[in-house]
Amino acid sequence: MKIDGKRAIWSEYQKDIEEDHYFYVRSCIRQNFFPGSEVAFLRIMRDVLKKDVYEHPCHTTCSGIGYHGDVVPVDTAMTVVARQFALMTEAGYKNYVPSCITSFGLYTEILETWHHFPEVEERVRKHLRNATGREFNIPGNLAHASDIIYKFRKEIAAKAKYTLVNKETGEPLKVVDHIGCHYSKMFPSKGVGGAEYPYVLAGMIEEWGGEVIDYPERRHCCGFGFRQYLVQANRGYSVACSREKFESMKPFKPDMILTNCPGCPMFLDRWQYVINEMEGTTYGQNGEGIPVFTYEELAGLVLGFDPWDLGLQMHQINVEPLLDKIGIEYSPEKKFSLNTDPAVSKVKHFAKAVY
Amino acid sequence: MDKFGFTISKGRQIDYDLNDRFIAEYIFEHEPSFRLCIECGGCSSTCSTGQFTLFSLRELHILIKRGENDKARQNIRKCMLCGKCMLVCPRGVNTRNVVLLARQAFQKENEHAV
Repeated sequence: MKIDGKRAIWSEYQKDIEEDHYFYVRSCIRQNFFPGSEVAFLRIMRDVLKKDVYEHPCHTTCSGIGYHGDVVPVDTAMTVVARQFALMTEAGYKNYVPSCITSFGLYTEILETWHHFPEVEERVRKHLRNATGREFNIPGNLAHASDIIYKFRKEIAAKAKYTLVNKETGEPLKVVDHIGCHYSKMFPSKGVGGAEYPYVLAGMIEEWGGEVIDYPERRHCCGFGFRQYLVQANRGYSVACSREKFESMKPFKPDMILTNCPGCPMFLDRWQYVINEMEGTTYGQNGEGIPVFTYEELAGLVLGFDPWDLGLQMHQINVEPLLDKIGIEYSPEKKFSLNTDPAVSKVKHFAKAVY
Repeated sequence: MDKFGFTISKGRQIDYDLNDRFIAEYIFEHEPSFRLCIECGGCSSTCSTGQFTLFSLRELHILIKRGENDKARQNIRKCMLCGKCMLVCPRGVNTRNVVLLARQAFQKENEHAV
C-alpha cells in the first residue's frame, strides 16, 4: 500500500474519543451473527483495560435497521434514539458507545439534524415526553466501539500474546480491512481517517503487526445494503457486490478480512460459501476461503483469548488454518463443545433437570 | 437457483480494461466517417429491419465503440444492407460500409481465434 498520501488524509480526520466511563449499547443482529464479539469487547474493556463500561437492561433497537430498510419513518427513529439517550442520562453517563455501525450512522445523522434544525429536536423531545415522560441530554461524546479499540490499540499491543505475523516465515500477515458504509461515508469527519481511506482498522492492523492490503474495490459495499438482502429476490445483487470485492482482493492473496460492522463480516463470510456452492470458486489460498473477523475477535485473539470463547466456531469459513499460521493454541475437540465455561455447564445441567 | 432462491446478479459495468475494441478500431481505420456518428438514432428510425425486429443500428454503433462485441455479433447479421440509413444520416456516416466492415472484422476475429 502506498502510504504517504493516506497518512496526510488520516492526519486531517482525527476525532476526540473519551478515556473512560462508556455507556455501551449492543447491536440487534451481532449477537446472532458473531455471538462472542460483544462479550469480548466488554471483557477487553473491563478485565484487560480496567475501564468503566455500563450496559442498560432497558436498551432496545435504535430502529436503524428498519429506517434503512424503509419501514420506519425518521420521526419514529429519532424518538427511539431519544429514549436511548434518556437511558444514558438517567444512568449518569455522557459517552455513548454503540456496537453497531448503522446505529452509529443513525446517531450521527440525528445529532447533525438536531444541530442544524433545533426545532426538530424540540419536536422529538415533546414526542418522548408524551410517550414515556422521559428527558434526555445530548451525549458529550459519540464513538463507535471500534473507535474505542482503536484508541487503546497500543495498550492492547503491549499486553498481546500473539502478533499478526506468520510464525513460519516471520512475515506480517496480509490483512484486508473493510469498514461499514455507515461509519464515515455519510459524515467523513465523524470517523477516524475519513471516508475514503478510514484508518480505524488499518491502525489496529499496523499496531498488532499485520500489513494492510489496499485493493481496487476497497470502499465497495459488502453487499448487505438492507433491501438488497432483506428481499429474497434481490439477494443476487447482495452476493454480486461481495463477489466484486473478492475478485478484486484475490490477486493480493489476503490472509484475512477485518471488519467493524454487524453486516459486513456476516456477508463477506457467508457469501463465500454461497459463491462456492453456485460457481465452485474459492478466494483464499489452498482452496480455502478467506477468514473474516470482527475487530473484537481479532483483539481477543491477539490478547490470547480462547478462540472458541470468542465464538470463532460460528464462522462459515474455517479459522483453523489462520490460527495455525499465527501459532495460536487451541483445542480442536472443544470447537463445538459448550462445556468450556463452568457457567455454561451449570446452565446446561439446569436445563436438563428442568426439561 | 433451486437451492438458494436467487442467483448471482451479473454486473452491468462497462470495463474498458477488459473489453476488446478491435472491431471499432478496424472500422475507424477503414471508414473514418464512423467517428462522426452522434448516436442521434435517425438510422434506427428509418431501418426496415428495425420495424420488424429488435435490431437497432444506433445500439450496434454504441456496442461496438464500447467493445461489447458479443451483443453486437448477435445482431449484425440482421441488417439487409438496403442503405436507407445512409440517406437520413445528418452527419454523412457511411453506415452501410460500417456494417460491412464490422462483419469483416468479426470474420477476421474468428479466423484469428482459429
